[in-house]
Amino acid sequence: MINGHIRRNTEASLLLLALVVAVGGYWLTALAKKPTIPAGVIGYSVLIASTYAAAHFAIRKLAPSADPLFLPLAALLNAIGFVLISRLEGPIGSPGLAAAQSRWLVVGVIAMIATLFVVRDLRSLARLRYTFALAGVLLLLLPTLPGIGREINGARLWVQLGPLSFQPAEIGKIALVVFFAGYLAERRELLAVATRRIGPIGIPAMRHFGPLLLAWGVSLLVMINQKDLGSSLLFFAIFVAMLWMATARPAYLIFGTGIFVVGALAASALFSHVQSRILVWRDPFQYIDGRGYQVVQSLFALSTGGVWGTGLGLGRPDLIRFSVHTDFIFSALGEELGLAGATAALTAYALFVARGFGLATRCGDDFRKLLVAGLTAALGIQTALIVGGVTQLIPLTGITLPFMSYGGSSLLSNMILVGLLLRASDEVATSESQGPLTEFNMPAGGGR
Amino acid sequence: MNTQIRRVAFAVLLMFAAVFLKLNWIQLVRAEELANHPSNTRLLLKEYAIARGAILTSDNQILAQSKKTPQGELKYLRLYEQGPLFAHITGYYSVRFGRTGIERAFNSELVGKGGVITIQDLGDRLTSEGERGDDVVLSIDSRMQQAAAQALGSRRGAVVALEPSSGRIIAMYSSPNFDPNPLSQHSADGQKQAWQSLNADAAKPLLSRATGSIYAPGSTFKLVTAAAALESGRGPDTTFGDAKEYLPPQTDKPMGNFGGSTCGGDMAQALKVSCNTYFARLGAELPRGALEKTARAFGFGERPPLETTVAASRLPTGEQLKSPAFAAQSAIGQFDVAATPLQMALVAAGIGNGGNVPEPRLVIEVRDSRGKVIDQVDSKIWRQAVSSQTADTLKQMMIAVVEDGTGQAAAIGGVAIAGKTGTAQVGATGEDNLAWFVAFAPADSPKIALAVVVEGAGDPRSETGGRLAAPIAKKVLEAHRGVAGW
Repeated sequence: MINGHIRRNTEASLLLLALVVAVGGYWLTALAKKPTIPAGVIGYSVLIASTYAAAHFAIRKLAPSADPLFLPLAALLNAIGFVLISRLEGPIGSPGLAAAQSRWLVVGVIAMIATLFVVRDLRSLARLRYTFALAGVLLLLLPTLPGIGREINGARLWVQLGPLSFQPAEIGKIALVVFFAGYLAERRELLAVATRRIGPIGIPAMRHFGPLLLAWGVSLLVMINQKDLGSSLLFFAIFVAMLWMATARPAYLIFGTGIFVVGALAASALFSHVQSRILVWRDPFQYIDGRGYQVVQSLFALSTGGVWGTGLGLGRPDLIRFSVHTDFIFSALGEELGLAGATAALTAYALFVARGFGLATRCGDDFRKLLVAGLTAALGIQTALIVGGVTQLIPLTGITLPFMSYGGSSLLSNMILVGLLLRASDEVATSESQGPLTEFNMPAGGGR
Repeated sequence: MNTQIRRVAFAVLLMFAAVFLKLNWIQLVRAEELANHPSNTRLLLKEYAIARGAILTSDNQILAQSKKTPQGELKYLRLYEQGPLFAHITGYYSVRFGRTGIERAFNSELVGKGGVITIQDLGDRLTSEGERGDDVVLSIDSRMQQAAAQALGSRRGAVVALEPSSGRIIAMYSSPNFDPNPLSQHSADGQKQAWQSLNADAAKPLLSRATGSIYAPGSTFKLVTAAAALESGRGPDTTFGDAKEYLPPQTDKPMGNFGGSTCGGDMAQALKVSCNTYFARLGAELPRGALEKTARAFGFGERPPLETTVAASRLPTGEQLKSPAFAAQSAIGQFDVAATPLQMALVAAGIGNGGNVPEPRLVIEVRDSRGKVIDQVDSKIWRQAVSSQTADTLKQMMIAVVEDGTGQAAAIGGVAIAGKTGTAQVGATGEDNLAWFVAFAPADSPKIALAVVVEGAGDPRSETGGRLAAPIAKKVLEAHRGVAGW
């Protein structure tokens, strides 16, 4: 386990850097507001430091050979987000946002540790695939239930239980990825066999289209009932990507794209909120006083930030108004830390995603491969969707930016995701150091 | 399966690359354009978060200053405690309608750092408590401005007074005027209302008549004609016999004298009584291009280099002046000749200053928030209009105008004052007639040169420059005598 020690020491020093960003950034923002040392800054610094330390020591104990980059990257992105949230809480008039977010970090790290503690063998999840399917669909439907469902900003994504409110779709996302990985690992051979041909394209037996239709159904359901474009698009993309990774059949890609095009056209014809997103995307300035306001403000924020940014606390990201600390947090980052800061964050996401897919290629079995690749794809696509949305690259779909956005359910589910990736990487490292190199666990792309 | 995983990885990273390119497009390539988009209020909000410097008169009266607002997005409110009196000089400072006057011309100094405003600079200023923009000190004397406003009263018109040697403007008043406060308030609706009512006013109160209107200068332009004649070798002894009318060559429309009178004699005599037939004939007989050359030498046809916006005064083209009839009309300040009151004050200043027209100046210096002078404006000669000899001859003739000619109403006991009256006929009804008076005093070492124009003078037979504008000039001159002690 010498390998593991080196990895953990690497992780510890990288976490220290993330801590510097979180604490230093917090001090700087506070000082930009008032030239006095902010109250409670020591207590906050200790809290963050001990949370990171707890996460680190738990990994030493529970997954000693796990990849040393996942946790520090998540911590870094969360630190940037935290700094921006602490900077925004005054101007957008929600005191205590930063404190709440630091509590959510604690909860997220506990969830990550719990994941590592409970899931000792990733394959054990495959057996529970139908339980996960049921849980995932139920979680998605939860906000539609009367009494506990809440509609915020026009989308019914929230569940309110007493003082706690959360977005079950975030956790549902992970449950459904687990189900799909399990289902596809089991059926990939069947799904890949073409029983008929239409021209050059092989068509598998109709009954195996079940999962695709399920994916379509779930996405549509979410979109219609909850007006949540972001999540439905994300689900659809994940399912098509996983199906293709499992089967290697281009037919699924073509069919999936076809369904997407038909679905998107139908949705924009049927639903005014879908149509308005598209109109705003094509020319936000035409709707500057209405639905295009936030997108235009986001573009203004980014352009005003320029290459080096206005500096923390010196921009006006609050002009984006509501959801600047959630969906639009990347615009706040781009305004105050500039193209430089935005590129740094984007690079961190890219590293995380590349690391995740690299890990997937080295996993020893289909389920692990699909699970790790699916989770990684989910995180990467979600990031691209929201950052593409706030930069007007694609129509805006309201969805959180992983690790960075304010919000408990988002952070919680992404920390569970980190836990699962850590477990997978620990298993791969252990099997690589024990068994001989095989075609399946050979390091991909140069190795380390 | 690994091939597919790698391809999906590639696709996701490709999306990231697309986002990265789009970010570069927004934050680098189109950054400037978007940051300065009129709907982007970020720069504006930052500017309003800075304590803008004050605008002061030379006698240290505060014309404009910024006061912290108790609440609201905009942290500082611009206040003009003197109301409309200096409005055309300071201008206004409006979120919606922008800046004018000194507020516009000296914006970067008033914001601070005296240079380019970048977002970063603004940010730096924000973080340092108590930091404020620089103060701009004007050459305007509040007592003189007050005197000019009182002298003009409720009549439409303008008074411009400046120091001939330095070009420093002492008073510049235009009537009717406006209160810059409603335009500078923070309420968007309030601003809009003020703007609409000012623009709906037929009297055009937003227009600075002193610098923004060009008027037919009438007989005050005879100074330029006389200067052109003297410069082209026709001496002051050029004499034309008494005449009631003058018929320019190649025309059949005779030009008459004021009130149908008969006049003639030498140049001094003709200027003293403002003889139209004399100057019309002088203008028609001048060598080709002489009048245009001298008018240009005084500044006609070009915007004077004032800090704020000025209109260029106009004269007929050389082609038009080839016609003796047009030349004759132009020589008495009619036809296509048109001048701002500032330009006519500069003509007087140029004659009083030995033939040299100074660059007009509104600002003396810029001081930082601690009172340290960080920029001083030097006085410069704008143009050498005529020789000192010509200037001296003109001055003697102008003294006679005030001593026993048309400008006697401007006379002050014990001091020689050089002046010239003008009455321009505009339109048929007389409603748009203009009464003019230009002067400098004391004649031998002038401390002040001025131009007064009164719009809508009325019946030209009674409401002349001598009757209407000269007394206004006298009040301003007397006030300056009290202030400057000459």
